[in-house]
Amino acid sequence: MTTTPTRAGTDAPATIAGRVRRRLNTRWATAASIVIAIVWTIPTFGLLISSFRPEDQIKTTGWWTFFADPQLTLENYEQVLFGRSSSTGQLASYFLNSIVITLPSVLFPLAFAALAAYALAWINFRGRDWIYIGIFALQIVPLQMALVPLLSFFSQGVGIGGIDLLPAWNLDDEQRFIQVWFAHTCFALPLGVFLLHNFVSQLPRDLMEAARVDGATHPKIFRTIVLPLITPALAAYGIFQFLWVWNDLLVALIFAGGGDETAPLTVRLAELAGTRGNEWQRLTSGAFVAIVVPLLVFLSLQRYFVRGLLAGSVKG
Amino acid sequence: MNFDFADEAPKLAMLLYGVVAFVVVVGGLLLLLDVVPTRLARRRQARLAATVPAGTPLGPGRRRSREGLFALFFLLPTVLMLGVGLVIPAIRTLVLSLKNGDSTQWVGLRNYGWMVDRPEIVDILRNTALWVLLVPLLATSVGLIYAVLVDRARLEALAKSLIFLPMAISFVGAGIIWKFVYAFRPAEADQIGLLNQIWVWLGGEPQQWLANPPLNTLLLIVVMIWIQAGFAMVVLSAAIKAIPTDMIEAARLDGVNAWQQFWRITLPGIRPALVVVVVTISIATLKLFDIVRTMTNGNFDTNVIATEMYNQAFRYGQTGQGSALAVVLFILVIPIVIYQVRSLRRQREV
Repeated sequence: MTTTPTRAGTDAPATIAGRVRRRLNTRWATAASIVIAIVWTIPTFGLLISSFRPEDQIKTTGWWTFFADPQLTLENYEQVLFGRSSSTGQLASYFLNSIVITLPSVLFPLAFAALAAYALAWINFRGRDWIYIGIFALQIVPLQMALVPLLSFFSQGVGIGGIDLLPAWNLDDEQRFIQVWFAHTCFALPLGVFLLHNFVSQLPRDLMEAARVDGATHPKIFRTIVLPLITPALAAYGIFQFLWVWNDLLVALIFAGGGDETAPLTVRLAELAGTRGNEWQRLTSGAFVAIVVPLLVFLSLQRYFVRGLLAGSVKG
Repeated sequence: MNFDFADEAPKLAMLLYGVVAFVVVVGGLLLLLDVVPTRLARRRQARLAATVPAGTPLGPGRRRSREGLFALFFLLPTVLMLGVGLVIPAIRTLVLSLKNGDSTQWVGLRNYGWMVDRPEIVDILRNTALWVLLVPLLATSVGLIYAVLVDRARLEALAKSLIFLPMAISFVGAGIIWKFVYAFRPAEADQIGLLNQIWVWLGGEPQQWLANPPLNTLLLIVVMIWIQAGFAMVVLSAAIKAIPTDMIEAARLDGVNAWQQFWRITLPGIRPALVVVVVTISIATLKLFDIVRTMTNGNFDTNVIATEMYNQAFRYGQTGQGSALAVVLFILVIPIVIYQVRSLRRQREV
């Protein structure tokens, strides 16, 4: 398609009408963007307000009536976090589970991906390109493809023709955290290696060669030169992985189960939303308990996150 | 209050084990790599010193094999985890999709035929198609419009944060937020859901939004758009800012108005980013599970492939049918990725 250049003068804002129109344009633009911003913010805002309203008010009046008759309480949060009966949520315990799940599920892929990215970028060995392409291609495999066999691998072990190659892990209660960590680490690695490789491979070649000439071994270069330099990328990927794990429902449902020994907040909330869908005093406050941590992480580290997002998607 | 920290001690112990395991594995690996080659090198040097005159460099072949050893250890954790956790399971899923519910008999392609035969599965495929068509289109459009509108406006950073914020919220959290917006109360009572209240103000009868197909699927799609628009906006905004300013200046001098500037300069300039955004959102939407599961649990004709895959494989114990659905999901991802690779390659050639 060819675009012919428009003749100058047809739409020139030199005239008064043109100038007026341009000002109107910006005014419309501002109005439109404010409308979008409001529509995008109001649902969360309504839930936040509601979570602080007394139960009978949440259930009988809309949250927008709050401004006519403001009444605040922390009762909902107290109930949903520490309540006695099982119907209240008992989210404190699940909150802890989320933390226990998230920390190792971020640390392991971060370290493994960094090591692999370094090897793929700076060590010469046969088959390097093939391994890189293989890991890169794994990004497109939906994790649904791995769920059923991976679960049976944990619970029944691996055997071919009646011969046990690997025994079952037989994990129960708290030990099931291990399978969640394992699953999250596996599923995170393709993207992690790709993101960090983008970054590591762009470090200056001179620097690496100088270090090699000085007699530094690869582990030494990795620790003393590469790691400090790729901290921003590690932070970006770390935040990415943190948000993914903390907010994940599917992997947790399958590998952590539903009990309060291992299930994270998301699993519990989904359950509450299903079985107690009208207990809005619990759902509103519960949702915020789950949202607040990623929101804080996100707001304080947004810069890194955006950088990681751009590195991962645009360079692709 | 029945929250007792003593009850939670086993979890904290597990966390401790996990972190210790991390330190041992990663630290141990680095230590091993540090110590072993140095020792080997020292021994070799000693041997060399005994046989050849000093100053002769090491042969390249030997050096290369040592490099390979390093690479092996650096890559070992990743390759091992990917093999055990992703590659082998994916192949097994492929095999399982050709077997029956408890994987005892081969059934050929019957599990795939089952999808086409059963009307409810056809509905699921249709719903998924609706999701994959609408979410990338609308989320990208909203993100793009917003990025253009707030570009170089006052309070740009704040304005962007507001739209971007839902990205940090889990799909489950988003599901609850929107379920509250769609909440229903009978006509005689006060409404607590915003959508029904607006509907009543406009003179309508309160609706059970999430129970009425096909509208309910569209309302669920709104939630995904709400989440993904922020992603689109951030990536596209960065792309817009990367367009050279002299190009825009030149266009301005030629008397191009804002509308033309958008279609002739901005849009072609951000094409690669646009492709990436659409592709990324499409794939995320295809795999969507949490929103449907939280808001309707797939009832009222809102099911999609990923939720049905979970139901078949993990609730009904139909491993074969569940695996076949997973394979279909994988097959549907492939053309999207091919499109991305192709259009990016064309971009580079230009």
